Amino acid sequence: MGTALVDKVWDLHKVRRLPNGKDQVFIGLHLIHEVTSPQAFQMIREEKLKVLFPKNTFATVDHIVPTEDQSRPLKDPLAEEMLVALEKNTKDFNIQFFNFASSKQGIVHVIGPELGLTQPGMTIACGDSHTSTHGAFGALAFGIGTTQIKDILATQTLALSKPKSRRINITGKLNKGVYAKDVILNIIRLLGVNGGIGFCYEYGGEAIDRMTMEERMSLCNMSIEGGARMGYVNPDDTTFEYLKGKEFSPKGEAFDTAVSWWKKIASDKDAHYDHGVNIDGSKIEPMVTWGINPGQAININENLPEVKSLNASERETAEEAYKYMSLPAGKPVKGIPINVAFIGSCTNGRISDLREAAKIARGRKVSKKVKALVVPGSQQVQKAAEKEGLDQIFREAGFEWRQAGCSMCLAMNPDKLQGDQLCASSSNRNFKGRQGSSTGRTMLMSPAMVAAAAINGAVSDVREFL
Amino acid sequence: MIPSKQIKSVSGRPIPLPGNDLDTDRIIPARYLKCVTFDDLGQYLFYDVRFNSDGSQKEHPLNNEKYKGGTILIVNRNFGCGSSREHAPQSILRYGIKMIIGESFAEIFADNCTAIGLPIVIAHSGDISNLMAFAQDDPACEIKVDLEKQEAAYGDFTIQVNQPESVKKALLAGTWDSTHELLSAKEQIESVAKNLPYLQFRS
Repeated sequence: MGTALVDKVWDLHKVRRLPNGKDQVFIGLHLIHEVTSPQAFQMIREEKLKVLFPKNTFATVDHIVPTEDQSRPLKDPLAEEMLVALEKNTKDFNIQFFNFASSKQGIVHVIGPELGLTQPGMTIACGDSHTSTHGAFGALAFGIGTTQIKDILATQTLALSKPKSRRINITGKLNKGVYAKDVILNIIRLLGVNGGIGFCYEYGGEAIDRMTMEERMSLCNMSIEGGARMGYVNPDDTTFEYLKGKEFSPKGEAFDTAVSWWKKIASDKDAHYDHGVNIDGSKIEPMVTWGINPGQAININENLPEVKSLNASERETAEEAYKYMSLPAGKPVKGIPINVAFIGSCTNGRISDLREAAKIARGRKVSKKVKALVVPGSQQVQKAAEKEGLDQIFREAGFEWRQAGCSMCLAMNPDKLQGDQLCASSSNRNFKGRQGSSTGRTMLMSPAMVAAAAINGAVSDVREFL
Repeated sequence: MIPSKQIKSVSGRPIPLPGNDLDTDRIIPARYLKCVTFDDLGQYLFYDVRFNSDGSQKEHPLNNEKYKGGTILIVNRNFGCGSSREHAPQSILRYGIKMIIGESFAEIFADNCTAIGLPIVIAHSGDISNLMAFAQDDPACEIKVDLEKQEAAYGDFTIQVNQPESVKKALLAGTWDSTHELLSAKEQIESVAKNLPYLQFRS
């Protein structure tokens, strides 16, 4: 019986078994941002600790970043205070910080990969649940809390319980108009928002093999929405090709050495998994969420489910969801009018996401009833998009073209829903109040589907635009 | 080495908080994450489901007079799902909650609770329903959770509660603040780092 990547990487990073039974695990790459790190630095100072491996930690600013006016001081004094704290902390402890002036600032899960910091076989942690994104490279990547950030700063290790493994096979080819976002929403619908608790997901099969790195990132990104703290794809030629020439990727001979090691770290063909699931990728259709958690998702051509048609354990949340969302159970999801369209986030704010959305927007106009915005995931994504003229396509169609940040995914900056506005969003969470208004409503979908919804002014099937 | 406090048992009055998948955005809305310390977070716990935009109170167990002074939260399935924000358990702790009893917890949330010494225990779904119903009828009742025996006692009842063995040990031994224990293996840490291929070939 062979070994899965999760076991190989875990063993490689294991320092020892702790007296309480957890494993002490070395963290190869630690990423930090302004929201969850300041209190960790405060603890480091109070407990008179040092940062043990400052070169293994990298910082960026993303959550609180305004996307219209980034001049300093930031207009929001609390946001400015957080940015100043990050500047001071990274300076005091010799940590590299990709700030606005670096041209490399962006959402932490966009810049790690695009700089080549994220590599196969690593353990990667960040005080952000969407750290699972980096699993796309065959890394064990997961979100942590602030006290655990302190542990990494002080020791470069964490006390962790090893997860069980679940292999999720997506067989066949995805159809036109079906994206990685639809695949992951499908998986979460099938396995539930808590189905992944205690598991590390390994995604594989033909549909995954054929995905680009950016698609794999969108997929792994939302592992946490299914309850799995980490999810990964085995590294392959697509991975190596992506990493070639990136700023922090190995260069010259070292790259070839790296590739041969990366190949070895992938799961063996006969690897053992604790659990497995098979899904026919050719049957997946564009997906839309209708409720208040990402598992409440349906195909674009389905009707909104009647509460009584759901499993008993899902009914209570479904009733709560209908009450909050004010959507008509039993009626088609297609055609529901929207007020706002948001394209961006660590799930879908990369260049390929913007290209797919731009294909839909090109030569068309956003509905007059809709406020639509596109927020690139990083300064580098923004620059690449502007070079290709995507910003022009979006602007001409009536989208607002913004600067890089997390923006309306969680609305810690000025980009917020107002009142009970309904937003077609390429982000990752449709929780109550997530987009900045305590009555605001979110429907998650792929960026191309968001563009289609923006143009029609209502939830639409992107395939009618292709 | 600064030892953390040993936590062997918790007693207090209940606050039943029914509902599955209560996410971290619900526990503390993102706008209250704009802070550089956790000190003031207690007041924002469940803010948007407790207060209207004009500051007036909504119907919510935390606003209910009969649960005032309660320190043990009773919750259902997948509590704390969503974001990794430690602000969520910090706001619970700073509100004055001493323990959470639930059907199940999201993983990062659970780790965060342990890391800050907020004990959480799991109980069977039926036991949670009974406990919630009992608490609603008799909000002044005292619940005593014994972490060594993994039992919760209230009224004439005793139910089994569970924790992962490692969490139980960390709380009982007072090693839930793990930094110093981790740091004590400094040589082994450095030796693992030396043997990591990717740290050699990173440019």
